[in-house]
Amino acid sequence: MIHSLFLINSSGDIFLEKHWKSVVSRSVCDYFFEAQERATEAENVPPVIPTPHHYLLSVYRHKIFFVAVIQTEVPPLFVIEFLHRVVDTFQDYFGVCSEPVIKDNVVVVYEVLEEMLDNGFPLATESNILKELIKPPTILRTVVNTITGSTNVGDQLPTGQLSVVPWRRTGVKYTNNEAYFDVIEEIDAIIDKSGSTITAEIQGVIDACVKLTGMPDLTLSFMNPRLLDDVSFHPCVRFKRWESERILSFIPPDGNFRLLSYHVSAQNLVAIPVYVKHNISFRDSSSLGRFEITVGPKQTMGKAIEGVIVTSQMPKGVLNMSLTPSQGTHTFDPVTKMLSWDVGKINPQKLPSLKGTMSLQAGASKPDENPTINLQFKIQQLAISGLKVNRLDMYGEKYKPFKGIKYMTKAGKFQVRT
Amino acid sequence: MTDSKYFTTTKKGEIFELKAELNSDKKEKKKEAVKKVIASMTVGKDVSALFPDVVNCMQTDNLELKKLVYLYLMNYAKSQPDMAIMAVNTFVKDCEDPNPLIRALAVRTMGCIRVDKITEYLCEPLRKCLKDEDPYVRKTAAVCVAKLHDINAQLVEDQGFLDTLKDLISDSNPMVVANAVAALSEIAESHPSSNLLDLNPQSINKLLTALNECTEWGQIFILDCLANYTPKDDREAQSICERVTPRLSHANSAVVLSAVKVLMKFMEMLSKDLDYYGTLLKKLAPPLVTLLSAEPELQYVALRNINLIVQKRPEILKHEMKVFFVKYNDPIYVKLEKLDIMIRLASQANIAQVLAELKEYATEVDVDFVRKAVRAIGRCAIKVEQSAERCVSTLLDLIQTKVNYVVQEAIVVIKDIFRKYPNKYESVIATLCENLDSLDEPEARAAMIWIVGEYAERIDNADELLESFLEGFHDESTQVQLQLLTAIVKLFLKKPTETQELVQQVLSLATQDSDNPDLRDRGYIYWRLLSTDPVAAKEVVLAEKPLISEETDLIEPTLLDELICYIGTLASVYHKPPSAFVEGGRGVVHKCLPPRTASNESAESPEAAPTGAPPAEQPDVIPPQGDLLGDLLNLDLGPPVSGPPLATSSAQMGAVDLLGGGLDSLIGSTNFTPPAAAVPASLGAPIGSGLSDLFDLTSGVGTLSGSYVAPKAVWLPAMKAKGLEISGTFTRQVGSISMDLQLTNKALQVMTDFAIQFNRNSFGLAPAAPLQVHAPLSPNQTVEISLPLNTVGSVMKMEPLNNLQVAVKNNIDVFYFSTLYPLHILFVEDGKMDRQMFLATWKDIPSENEAQFQIRDCPLNAEAVSSKLQSSNIFTIAKRNVEGQDMLYQSLKLTNGIWVLAELRIQPGNPSLTLSLKCRAPEVSQHVYQAYETILKN
Repeated sequence: MIHSLFLINSSGDIFLEKHWKSVVSRSVCDYFFEAQERATEAENVPPVIPTPHHYLLSVYRHKIFFVAVIQTEVPPLFVIEFLHRVVDTFQDYFGVCSEPVIKDNVVVVYEVLEEMLDNGFPLATESNILKELIKPPTILRTVVNTITGSTNVGDQLPTGQLSVVPWRRTGVKYTNNEAYFDVIEEIDAIIDKSGSTITAEIQGVIDACVKLTGMPDLTLSFMNPRLLDDVSFHPCVRFKRWESERILSFIPPDGNFRLLSYHVSAQNLVAIPVYVKHNISFRDSSSLGRFEITVGPKQTMGKAIEGVIVTSQMPKGVLNMSLTPSQGTHTFDPVTKMLSWDVGKINPQKLPSLKGTMSLQAGASKPDENPTINLQFKIQQLAISGLKVNRLDMYGEKYKPFKGIKYMTKAGKFQVRT
Repeated sequence: MTDSKYFTTTKKGEIFELKAELNSDKKEKKKEAVKKVIASMTVGKDVSALFPDVVNCMQTDNLELKKLVYLYLMNYAKSQPDMAIMAVNTFVKDCEDPNPLIRALAVRTMGCIRVDKITEYLCEPLRKCLKDEDPYVRKTAAVCVAKLHDINAQLVEDQGFLDTLKDLISDSNPMVVANAVAALSEIAESHPSSNLLDLNPQSINKLLTALNECTEWGQIFILDCLANYTPKDDREAQSICERVTPRLSHANSAVVLSAVKVLMKFMEMLSKDLDYYGTLLKKLAPPLVTLLSAEPELQYVALRNINLIVQKRPEILKHEMKVFFVKYNDPIYVKLEKLDIMIRLASQANIAQVLAELKEYATEVDVDFVRKAVRAIGRCAIKVEQSAERCVSTLLDLIQTKVNYVVQEAIVVIKDIFRKYPNKYESVIATLCENLDSLDEPEARAAMIWIVGEYAERIDNADELLESFLEGFHDESTQVQLQLLTAIVKLFLKKPTETQELVQQVLSLATQDSDNPDLRDRGYIYWRLLSTDPVAAKEVVLAEKPLISEETDLIEPTLLDELICYIGTLASVYHKPPSAFVEGGRGVVHKCLPPRTASNESAESPEAAPTGAPPAEQPDVIPPQGDLLGDLLNLDLGPPVSGPPLATSSAQMGAVDLLGGGLDSLIGSTNFTPPAAAVPASLGAPIGSGLSDLFDLTSGVGTLSGSYVAPKAVWLPAMKAKGLEISGTFTRQVGSISMDLQLTNKALQVMTDFAIQFNRNSFGLAPAAPLQVHAPLSPNQTVEISLPLNTVGSVMKMEPLNNLQVAVKNNIDVFYFSTLYPLHILFVEDGKMDRQMFLATWKDIPSENEAQFQIRDCPLNAEAVSSKLQSSNIFTIAKRNVEGQDMLYQSLKLTNGIWVLAELRIQPGNPSLTLSLKCRAPEVSQHVYQAYETILKN
C-alpha cells in the first residue's frame, strides 16, 4: 500500500514528508526531479514514474506536487484518488492548500495524515469524521487552546465510522432547517474553424448543502432523468431505487457534499450557447498580421452569458499585438505569448469584438500552427442539458425544511480552433 | 498563531532547549515542546536525541499529547530499540483501556514500531484486539497483523494470526471484512504459493454483501480480491457480475476500474448469445467515458487501461471515438495515449472524422505529438483500406508544409503504405523525391532510399539519387547503409546497363571499407549472388514481399489476456505482466482469464481452474537466470541455417553451388573479384549438412515398438517465451534417444533461427544434431521436430537427478526452461545380465544400498509385467514362485554403465507390487522406481 508521501514545491524543495511504514529516504525523489526536468511544464510530469525499488505516483495541485511512494503492486487510481482526497482535506481544513499554509499548520497536517492512513491502508478519509478526530484550526480555537490547554484532538470515538450511514453524524441539530441543491453543468467542446461542433459533452454535478436536524430521508426526482448517460453517486444514494424508478433516495451527509455527478455524452445533441467569429491571418513575408474575433450568443434559451473570458496561446512568431476591444480589457504577454481578453457580459445588441494587428518576427516564415481559442463563460439559471428537478421530499422527520434549487452552466474545456 | 512558530528556534542549542522544555513541570510547556519536536521531525531534522525525554511524556491523559508522542515513537523507535522497550508497558496498558479509540490507537501504533523486541510483546494485546467487542478495534487489529507480518512473518504464522484473520472475513461488520481482505491480500503478495485467500462460493457471498456496505477503499480491496476468484460456471459468473455492476456508478474512479476488471474477467465465461452479455457490454462504456473527464492523472491511468480493453473487446467503445479527441491543453502524456486509442478505434465508419482530427494535430506545437499524429495517419491508411487514398493525400498536404520533422515522419509512413498497397500510389514518388535533401533522420533516409530502390524503374534519375547518398556512405547509420546497399542492388538488377559502376562501388564500400559485420555479410551475399547466378539474384532480391500486417503494435493475445486480469494495477499502466517488473520477482503467479464454459458443470475441475500456474510449471527446478547465463556463453548455436535477410530463399540457395559456380559468368563483362581472404569457405558446408539432417529426421519419427513414450507436456508456456510455446517428450528407439518437440508460434511475428542447447546434466545428455526448423515459423503455426540426443555431453550432477535445463534461441530472444526426463530413456539394450553374474552382484552390493518401493494399482501378471518392461530394456533374468508369489529378478543398465538389479514381487489377487532395487549408486533407485511405475501403468 502507500508507503510515504512527499510534498514538493515547484522549485523542487521537499517541504514535507510522511511515512506510514518504514522510512523511505528522500533521495527517492531524485527520480521525480529528473522527470520534472525532462517535462517542459509542471503539468506534463508523468503521473507514474518507476524507480529501481519504488514507484512514484504524483498529482500536481495548487503548485504543489503530491508524490506518493509505493513499493508493491497497488492500483494506481487508488493512490491518485487518495492524493486528491489529501488535497481536498487540506483545502477543507485550511481554506486554501498552499505551501505557506501547510507549513504554518504542520502539526495538524501531520496528525491528519496519520489519521488518513494506517500502514498505508486508508483509515478515515471522510472530512466530517476527520474533523471529529482532529478539529480544524480556527483563530478562536487557537486562542482558547492556549488559555485552557485543551487541544485540537477530539477524544470521542468517531461514531460515524461504524454506523450504517458512516457519512452522517448522529445528533445533528439546526434551528433553521434548509437544503440547497446546485445543478452545475460544464460544457466541454471542440469547435472547428468553420464553426461546426466536432465534439461536445456535458459534465454535470449536483452539489448540495444540507443542514437538517436528525436523520432525514430525502428523495429527489427529475423531470427528465433519461438525459443522464452515466451517473456517479455519493455513497449515500440508494442505487436500487435509481435503477428501478430513476429517483435519488438518500440520507444526506451533514453539510456540503457532492450528491451526484453525471455525464451527457457526445452522442446526444448538445446545445452550444456561444459562437466565436474569427479572422486571424499571418500574411507571408510581411511583419504584420491581422487579428479579429467576435463573440456572440447562440442557443442560450434567453439567458444572459456572463463572465466571458477569451484566452489564446499565440504562436511563437508573434512578437506583439496591438488590439482594441469593443468592451472589456485585454492583455498580451509577449514572453508566454498568451492573449487574454476579459469580455464580461455579452450584450446581444452590440456584440463584443477584439480587433487589431499582430507584429510578427521579421523575415521568419509564417507560423505553422494556428492558435486555438479557449473560452470561459457562465450562464445563470440554466442547465444546458435541459435537466430539471421535479420535486424534493423529506421523510423521517416532522419539521418543514426550506428547499432551494439553483442551476448554472459553465464552460469546461471549451475550445475553438482557427 | 500558527504552527510556524515551531520552526523559529533553529539555533545551535535547539535540542538542548527542547530537552529542558520536555522535562518541564508545566503540562502546557511539555505539550508545546513535543509539538516543536514533531515539527522538526516532519521537515526531516534529526531529533532522535530527545527520545527518552519524549517517551517520558507518554504517560498522560491528554489524548493529543499521547498521539504526538506516538507519532514520534513510530519515527524513531527503530534507531533507539532499547529505549523503545520503555514504551511497551504503556502500550499494553492502553490496549486494555475502556475507550475503544485508545485501544485501537495503541494497537495501531505498536504495529508501526518496527523493532523485533517490541513485536514479541505485541502478540498478546493483538490477539485480544482481534477479538475485541468493538469493530473499530477489530478492524485496526486486522491491519496490524499485516504490519506484524511485514516485520516478522514467521511469528505471525506461529501465533496463528493468519487463521484469526481468515475468520474475520466472516465478520458481521463490513469494514472489518474489508480490512481483513486488504491485510490478507498484502500478506499473500509476499507468499504467492500460500492459499491465504481461499475463495469459495460462501466466502464470495460474504464479500459481495460487505461490498455494498463498506467504504470506497474497502470496496477496492474486495473487488480486487473478487477478481482472483474463478466462478465454477457461467451462472455463478453472471450472478457475481450482476452484484458488481452497481459499483460502476461509484464516484471513486478506482472503485469503477476495479469493478471493470471483475466484469471484464468474468465476462469471458459468459456465452456471447446471452442477453445479459450484451447488456453488460452496454453498461461498461459510460463509466469508462466518464473516467476521461476526470483529472489528467486519472485520465492517464484510465487511458492505459482502455487501451487494453479496446484491444480485447473493441465493441465496447466503438461508438465513443469523439471522447478521445485531443484538447490542445491536455498534458502531453494524455495526448499521446488518446491518439493511440483513436487509431485502434478507427474504422470505415468514422475514418473521415479521425483523419480531419489527425490533420489538425499535425499542425500543433508539440513535436512528439505531431510526429505521432503523422504516423497515425499512415496507420489509418494501412488499417482502413477505403481511406488509404485520402490518407495519402493528407500526407502529401503535410509534406507541402515543408516542416522538417513532419516531412520525415510522412515519408516513413508512406513507405509502409507502399508495402501494404503495392503499385497503387506511386504517382506521389515525384513529390517525395523533391524533399530528399531535407531528410536528416536515419529512419526517414532509409525509408526514402527503400522507395527509390523499390521503384527504381519508374524514377528516371534513380541512379543519381542513390549516388548522392553514396558520397557520405561511411557517415550514415547502419540502417541507412544496409538500405542503400539493397536499393543499389535492386537498381542494378532492374537497370543493369547503366549502373554497374555504382553497384561495384557500393559492394566494395560495404565489404572492404566497413567494420560492420551485418553490412559486410549482406555485401558478400549480394556479391556472390550477382557473380554466380544473376537470375537467382533477381529472384531473391526482387522477390515478392509478404504483406505487412494491419496493426503492428497489438499486444500478443496471451499477454493481453493476462493483462486484462491486471486492469487497474501498475501492470496495466506498463502493459507488462507483474513478473516483468515487480521488485525481487517473488514468484509472481501468472493470472489467466477463466475459460468460457458451457452450461454443463463438468467442464473444469476446481483444482485446474483457479488463477494458478500453467499446468507444466515445475516450481523449483528452474534455476535463477544467473546460473544459466554462464552456460549461455557455451551456447554453441550450431551451423546457421541461413543469413537473416534471405531467410525465405535459403532453400533455393542450398541448391545452387555457391563456390563452384563460375566466377566468370558475370553480367556483361564486368569483373567482380571478391577479396579472397574474406571468402567464407564453409558457406557451402553447413547448408549441405542441414539437408542431410533432413533425412535423418524422418527416420527418427514414427512409432516403432520401443520404450514407453509419455504424452507431450508443455515445457515452456507461450507467456514466458514471447509467444513461443514448446511442448515435448522423450523417446528411445532402437538404441537412440530423441527429444520430440512441438514448437508453436503464438506470437504475431514470424520466428526463425532456432537453436537449442542443454545445460550440463547428470547423464551427459546433449543434442546430437542442431535443431532443424526448416522454414520460418509463421504465427499460429506448429511444427513437430525430433531432436536426436546422445549421452556424450559434459556431466554435472543435477538436483533432482533427471533434471534437464534447456535453452532455446530464436530470432526474438533466448528462453530457458527445465524439464524432468524419464530415466528409462537411458536404459540400454544390452542390459541383460548373466544369471551367475546377477547372483554375485546382488550379494556383493551392500544391503544398505537396497531400496524397497510399492507399486500400487498394477493388476498385471508376471508375464505381462516382464514383457512390458522388456520393451523398455528392463530384462527379466529369472523367475521364481515362492509361497504363491511370483518373484522376478531383473537387471538394467544405464547409458553411463551403472547396473541396477531388481527383485519384483507379485502376489496374485493383490494389485500392489513390491520392488526391491540394488545398485552401487543408490541415488538412481528412486528414479528407476519412477520409471517402473510409468512403464507399468501405461
